[in-house]
Amino acid sequence: MRHGRWRFLAGALIPALALHVVLVLSPYAQAFYLSLTDWTGVAGEAHFVGAGNYVRLGGDSLFLDAVRNNAVMLVVVPLVTIGIGFFLASMMQLGGRGGRRAIAGSGAYQIVYFFPQLLSLVVIAVLWGFVYNPNNGLLNGALRAVGLDGLTRSWLASPSLALTAVMAVLIWSSVGFYVVLFSAAIDGIPRELFEAALLDGAGGWATFRRVTLPLVRESVQVAFVYLGIAALDAFAVVQVMTVGPGGPDGATEVIGLSLYRNAFQYGKFGYASAMGVALFFATLTLAVLALRPGRDERAVPA
Amino acid sequence: MTSLRERPAVAAPPAPARARRRSAPVFPVHLAMLAWAVVTTLPLLWAVVSSFKTDNEILNEPWSLPASPRLDNWARAWTEANIGRYFLNSVLVVGGALMLTMLLGSLVAYALARYSFRGNRLIYYTFVAAMFFPVFLALVPLFFVVRQLGLLGTYQGLILVYAAYAVPFTVFFLHAFFRTLPGEVAEAAFIDGCSHSAVFFRVMLPMARPGLVAVGIFNFLGLWNQYLLPLVLNPDPDRYVLAQGLAALSVSQGYRSDWSGLFAGLTIAMLPVLIAYVAFQRHIRAGMTAGAVK
Repeated sequence: MRHGRWRFLAGALIPALALHVVLVLSPYAQAFYLSLTDWTGVAGEAHFVGAGNYVRLGGDSLFLDAVRNNAVMLVVVPLVTIGIGFFLASMMQLGGRGGRRAIAGSGAYQIVYFFPQLLSLVVIAVLWGFVYNPNNGLLNGALRAVGLDGLTRSWLASPSLALTAVMAVLIWSSVGFYVVLFSAAIDGIPRELFEAALLDGAGGWATFRRVTLPLVRESVQVAFVYLGIAALDAFAVVQVMTVGPGGPDGATEVIGLSLYRNAFQYGKFGYASAMGVALFFATLTLAVLALRPGRDERAVPA
Repeated sequence: MTSLRERPAVAAPPAPARARRRSAPVFPVHLAMLAWAVVTTLPLLWAVVSSFKTDNEILNEPWSLPASPRLDNWARAWTEANIGRYFLNSVLVVGGALMLTMLLGSLVAYALARYSFRGNRLIYYTFVAAMFFPVFLALVPLFFVVRQLGLLGTYQGLILVYAAYAVPFTVFFLHAFFRTLPGEVAEAAFIDGCSHSAVFFRVMLPMARPGLVAVGIFNFLGLWNQYLLPLVLNPDPDRYVLAQGLAALSVSQGYRSDWSGLFAGLTIAMLPVLIAYVAFQRHIRAGMTAGAVK
């Protein structure tokens, strides 16, 4: 069978490798080079400008707005999502009668919570565009219905609220996924550990800090990376839902949107590529920071 | 990640029987649970209900039920607003890309996991490294590569690009899976005179079914919900995929203010996902969370 082996390997690997090199690797490699040119899309008309694009990025106030907004989202979205998700998951898995057991109906709750995760961000953005509509939206309608007319707002048109409104959508759509993820992790903790903690007189908070959290730390780390990447993107929601798009006064501008606009509306392909490179390094830094081994792991090499 | 890696496809919720041992209800806990359930479902239900209302009802009474359900909203969204066409485009592109991804991904993962040869690790890392790059970085050169190949705005172009960007994760996921499969069955098949490809397609692939289902679901949802790639690579409105069509519709209908039609389009876009979820919900949740933990 020796002769058939190489033929099989070639047949198995070459088509996928060809696709990978042409459509994935070469674009990524080209992006780094293009970011050092002033290319506007005309073949052969790319001039090397060194770090020029990057210097210009530093003076582009809309891009700086985008960086600021992504940075705010990078902090708020993972923290709030993981906070709510972890709270609901631990209530669900440990809040049952008799202590430290799953509540009745936890499976049904998980089914309901998880659903938004399956929807396209475009569907979610269109839906929440309606919810936030100042005249006939669900949110203002609800506030009027309970007599809180004073709290009604033009959510997406007000510079001070638009980014919060965008973040609320991202959080709404992802909490369910992390409830399911954390539930599985908490469910994997041996019950004896909770019983031992209970016998030792540990209260709810101490049990959470000393037992639950350390044992699901890896799930939380993964959650930070995924949510961080989603927060660095946020393109679809912002592009479809917010006015402009990009919000009033760039209040919801994000790096992806700046990149898209500069490339495919203004034809500044070199400049847009520099934004892509900046986004790449932000993503890389995030992954390295979030996945570095924690204090406990370094002390006790596994 | 080690503790979860061993139990990928079966992260089932705990048996409810265990929870019912003592009967006294836990009101604050259920209150918190119910509150989030309402937050999750209310906007969705509201959109579905609104899709049966008239424009007038939508504009003046956002909270009311429709006086009489208007099914013509749905018909209008499906035909006049082209949701039907976008839907079929999505089915075509995602179906093609999913088949291509699963075929290429499982072949590469299997070849790298079960054969040792020079360059094996290099090829593996070439694929896996691509998962750490944001698609935004590739966007500009990708547009020109696809245009150069004459594939801009074609189904084939979109299918190839979708597959190219879904293969790395598929390889990563299935590589681990193929490594855990026992080798004896394959050896027996070789002794019986099976060719290498027959061993793969007839013996190993069926054994890898749970892994294929998990990564297949993950890929389907990722590709079905793709928006950035078609936005850049698929500019012809006749070939819009559903996400693109809906986004374009929400801009244009905003001016014409056919609110009821847009709500109907939105509901049509959510419906197949909901049906698939109801049918396969445990598989879907297990598959997707396994994908995250891997």
